[in-house]
Amino acid sequence: MIDVSSTVKISLRSLMANKMRSFLTMLGIIFGVGAVIAMLAVGSGARQRISEQISSMGSNLLIILPGSTTAGGVRMGAGTQPTLSMADAEAIQKECPSVDCVGPVLSGIAQVAYGNLNWSTGITGTTPDMLRVRDWPLSAGRPFTNEDVRSASKVCLLGETVVENLFGEDNPVGKIIRIKNVPFTILGVLAEKGQSPMGQDQDDVIYIPVTTAQKKLFGTAFPGMVRVILVKAKGPDYMDSAEQDMTSLLMQRHHIGPRQEADFTVRNITEAMQAQEQSARIMTLLLGAIASVSLIVGGIGIMNIMLVSVTERTREIGIRMAIGAMARDIRLQFIIEALILSLIGGIFGIVMGLSGSSLVSALAGWPVLVSPLSIVLAFSFSGLVGIFFGFYPAYKASLLDPIEALRYE
Amino acid sequence: MPLIEIKEITKIYSLGDIEVKALDSVSLSIEKGEFISIMGPSGSGKSTMMNILGCLDRPTSGHYIFDGEDVGSLNRDELAGIRNRKIGFVFQGFNLLRRTSALENVQLPMLYSGVPARERKERAMEALKRVGLAGRENHYANQLSGGQQQRVAAARAIVNGAPVILADEPTGNLDTKTSSEIMELFVNLNEHSAITVILVTHEPDVAAYSKRAIRFLDGHLVSDTAQPTPAPLPGGDK
Repeated sequence: MIDVSSTVKISLRSLMANKMRSFLTMLGIIFGVGAVIAMLAVGSGARQRISEQISSMGSNLLIILPGSTTAGGVRMGAGTQPTLSMADAEAIQKECPSVDCVGPVLSGIAQVAYGNLNWSTGITGTTPDMLRVRDWPLSAGRPFTNEDVRSASKVCLLGETVVENLFGEDNPVGKIIRIKNVPFTILGVLAEKGQSPMGQDQDDVIYIPVTTAQKKLFGTAFPGMVRVILVKAKGPDYMDSAEQDMTSLLMQRHHIGPRQEADFTVRNITEAMQAQEQSARIMTLLLGAIASVSLIVGGIGIMNIMLVSVTERTREIGIRMAIGAMARDIRLQFIIEALILSLIGGIFGIVMGLSGSSLVSALAGWPVLVSPLSIVLAFSFSGLVGIFFGFYPAYKASLLDPIEALRYE
Repeated sequence: MPLIEIKEITKIYSLGDIEVKALDSVSLSIEKGEFISIMGPSGSGKSTMMNILGCLDRPTSGHYIFDGEDVGSLNRDELAGIRNRKIGFVFQGFNLLRRTSALENVQLPMLYSGVPARERKERAMEALKRVGLAGRENHYANQLSGGQQQRVAAARAIVNGAPVILADEPTGNLDTKTSSEIMELFVNLNEHSAITVILVTHEPDVAAYSKRAIRFLDGHLVSDTAQPTPAPLPGGDK
């Protein structure tokens, strides 16, 4: 039995003897592996961006929207009828066991001024729990408290974008800004979150106590009214029960019978986002699958060239057989040759995939993520392709009759 | 016990409907240390004999006892093993691997018998020295002259300790002077290393180097004659 290191040497020499041919054969594998790595990188990049956005929204989120008004038979859009209240939010917090925390929202757009600078931004009146609902830490200062909510204090938390526009590099904590000409003390700054999945700048916001928004800035149709309620369930498994609990609780609180149409809607935000992520995952698989086709085509190229090589080297095979090479020695030699072709192709393919991915991210601005797993995967796949497509030519070579082979010109 | 014993071997080739009897019930025995030439015109069956003797082909019927082993019934891989360890081939067309050094060509049989690399190299160097090619081990086969290539082939034939060299028209591609040098090498190997040499040729002056000549015609062994020992040769390594 021939030893592998000698076989590798023999194979390398015969590949070196036909440099151009070996290179062209490898090219198929190079492009195949490169395409697999680049496509998976693009796919995972998209996926990663979506998951980042999901986590920036906050996880396990449900939103309760008020129902629509009907004026003279014309039904207005969802959320036009103010039906939700602070009391609803408090009841959900108290009575729904699958709910982790609740953030009621009364929001509006307002002009904000500091010194001689001003800026128009979204003002969100809410409770301290909102920071937990949105998984939103502070980068400076401290949050407002339930005491601030009770007393409708004029305090606020600024989003990063607002800070940039009004303060530049200065530290805003402790300063006083004017919202609709009402002075507010800045308690803290919200950490930067970036874009929402819908492309909104989530940092262009000011958080104030919900009661302050109700009483001092926007006014309400009835006391304690809020526009929406954001709810965080205790975990991914609690989403459905939270939705059911809240629905039945609000039906009861709003005196709606089982046959009547509810005056609110509960939506599962996280689920919608996960669907998006799922589709990105399928996209990644699809891209990878298409790219692997080119890897298989590259493998067929190897098989083709190996068949040519076996025919060309019939006499060499005859010599080897005459001096004692067994069928498996001949097989091993050609399989190793195919394997070397595909593995060297695989290494160049990895380089190509990496540079291709960074080119895509540089030129098209797409997020790319090259995972080590995809490299390992593509490389071992190329090795498998080499063995698989090398086997038939190798098998054919091993079946040659030594007498015929020696006579071959 | 003879080294090679062939009992009533018949080889039939089927070419479509026609059956050709290349060998017809041939019996032959060769003792260890003989130098025998197989002669005959083309189509006489001598090449078939050579292929069977070399374990490259199997007889249709009959027995072939090689070194006490009935090789007629062995499978392809077992025959490869016999060729590897017990038979050294020297061909008319040299049959060396091109773009491969003399040293590596000589190492080839040992590669397939699993000899460790260091020992392979030592033994190959020794064999090259034995055939008078010391100092040429790193030349590529295609950079050597015909005579030198045939010497590399001879070194390859003896390197694994094979008791038999099977030479098929070894001088067919060589000029007269080189031919006699190669034949002297065979005589030398036969006399000094006790290697049995079986020579297939159609040239009487090449066959004259052997001590025994057998002649084939139409698949039959027609004559088997002992030859006077050839004139003493200037011995020693060439």
